[in-house]
Amino acid sequence: MSGILVIQEERGQGRNRFSYEALAAGRILAGLTGLSLETAVVGDKNTPILAETSGVPPMTAYAVQHPQLKHYTSDGYVLAFEQLIRKLQPAFIVVPHSYQSRDYVPRVATRFGQVLISDITGIETGPTFVRQLFQGRMNGSYRHPGDGPCFLSVQAGAFQVDSAQGGTTTILPFEPEIPADAVRARPGEPFRGSSETVDLGSAQRIVSVGRGIKSAENISLVQELATSLGAELAASRPICDNGWVPMERQVGSSGQTVSPKLYLAVGISGAIQHLVGMKGSQCIVAINKDPDAPIFEVADYGIVGDLFEVVPALTEAVKGAGH
Amino acid sequence: MKIMVAIKQVPDRDAQVRINASAKWIEESDLQYALNESDAYALEEGLQLKEKHGGEVIVVSAGPERVGSTIREALAKGADRAIHIVCDDIGERDALSVARLLAAAMKPESPDLVLTGLQSEDLGLGQTGVIVAELLGMPHASLILQVEKTETGVTVKQELEEGWFQTIELPTPAVLTIQSGGNKLRYATLMGIKRAKTKEVRQLTATELAVDAAPVVVLERITLPKKQKSTQMLSGTAAEAAAALVQKLKFEVHVL
Repeated sequence: MSGILVIQEERGQGRNRFSYEALAAGRILAGLTGLSLETAVVGDKNTPILAETSGVPPMTAYAVQHPQLKHYTSDGYVLAFEQLIRKLQPAFIVVPHSYQSRDYVPRVATRFGQVLISDITGIETGPTFVRQLFQGRMNGSYRHPGDGPCFLSVQAGAFQVDSAQGGTTTILPFEPEIPADAVRARPGEPFRGSSETVDLGSAQRIVSVGRGIKSAENISLVQELATSLGAELAASRPICDNGWVPMERQVGSSGQTVSPKLYLAVGISGAIQHLVGMKGSQCIVAINKDPDAPIFEVADYGIVGDLFEVVPALTEAVKGAGH
Repeated sequence: MKIMVAIKQVPDRDAQVRINASAKWIEESDLQYALNESDAYALEEGLQLKEKHGGEVIVVSAGPERVGSTIREALAKGADRAIHIVCDDIGERDALSVARLLAAAMKPESPDLVLTGLQSEDLGLGQTGVIVAELLGMPHASLILQVEKTETGVTVKQELEEGWFQTIELPTPAVLTIQSGGNKLRYATLMGIKRAKTKEVRQLTATELAVDAAPVVVLERITLPKKQKSTQMLSGTAAEAAAALVQKLKFEVHVL
């Protein structure tokens, strides 16, 4: 058991913030435990994320290379990182919580008899790891009391990317053994959803609707409010799953990330999958019947009440204000 | 096609959850429970595959006696039979221990396809299905919206991030974790509810399955989240609160 291994993901220019946040979490853990920090990424030594200096302290970086890793597959990544972890014997493995890490890291952890503590939002002395429960209504503090490596994935936006520190990074190649028949899945090229035409990212005002709206017929209530405000209509995932609002208007981890001047959340409880898509908004207003709904934790203004009364009243008030 | 669907009973999303006296879990008395949403989509996918290609849908769930009601709901929607792994200590088990229970119950059945939701609404660990795949030695794919049967396996549509998708071909037997929204969920019919009463629910215990509860990671305590912002709550009647909000948006936020 030696150090802390942060596994980064090279996503292409400007899209590596999640990995930097995982590094930031790794650095906090290093401070608490006195352990050294190492990093690894799939790619050769020229992989951009290894060359970028943002927040990178002196450490060792492993460039994990193999022809079978050219395209992501769970089988390929499981084998590669199982072997790297056996070689380095880190006490902690830290990854960004992404669709990729949640796909392969639990399998790697199982091979070590371990469980991934997923989607952590905080690290406290002990160390204990904080993550959300019950769709953000509670926080849970987890501890890893046993022997063997502790696997952690880091929630997007939960850790501040810190500024660059001086020093150099030694890049070492790591070539895992991946037999030709080990990779069972045949992945195709990623493609975009065909109807992805609405760019909510540049909207100044957004009115977003969640489960509280109860049925498709009631969407018009919220649409009227949006129209009166000159706002785009958006929705949380369940509303789009039901087809009540088109999928391309979904805000959240599986939809768009937005940061308008005004984000008005109607009947949205505020599960973390939604919050990661909108908490960067300048002003957040929440209307919800449940005073304990997690959406109020990020709201600037809140109205606890029946949306079927509040929304029409608000539409009238906005119209009355001459907007 | 023999399809096994792992489902979880979770507190109903509208239920008021409160921390219990031990501060290690929530108060369970008087709590309403429901079928975990993405598991409902996994069940729907399984039922549709069976309707297209024939075969059998077997639901598997671990938990105390109360889980029986969620199992009956799945049978009423059309699952053929069920395995209930009866364990009262489900809350103390970590994801690996729960996955071991599920895998041990599934293995003797030799399923062609194992489906489950991508994550639970209570713990949200998002890994049980992937661990089951590892324990069963099967390939897997996660965040799946659509499943097509092929000659040698399945072709699946996986959701990536920011509106991107990917198609993956997998040989079977395989495990798929299902994302919500890929299908329209069915309701149980009256006939279905009636039939469910006569369908087989086999009960197994953790002892029979030889899976111990010793966790690798421990949930030490639960707490209420800290507020990230100071929220101005606007009270009064709907009209008063609405008028107050318009004033704030105009003169404090300058967005109107």
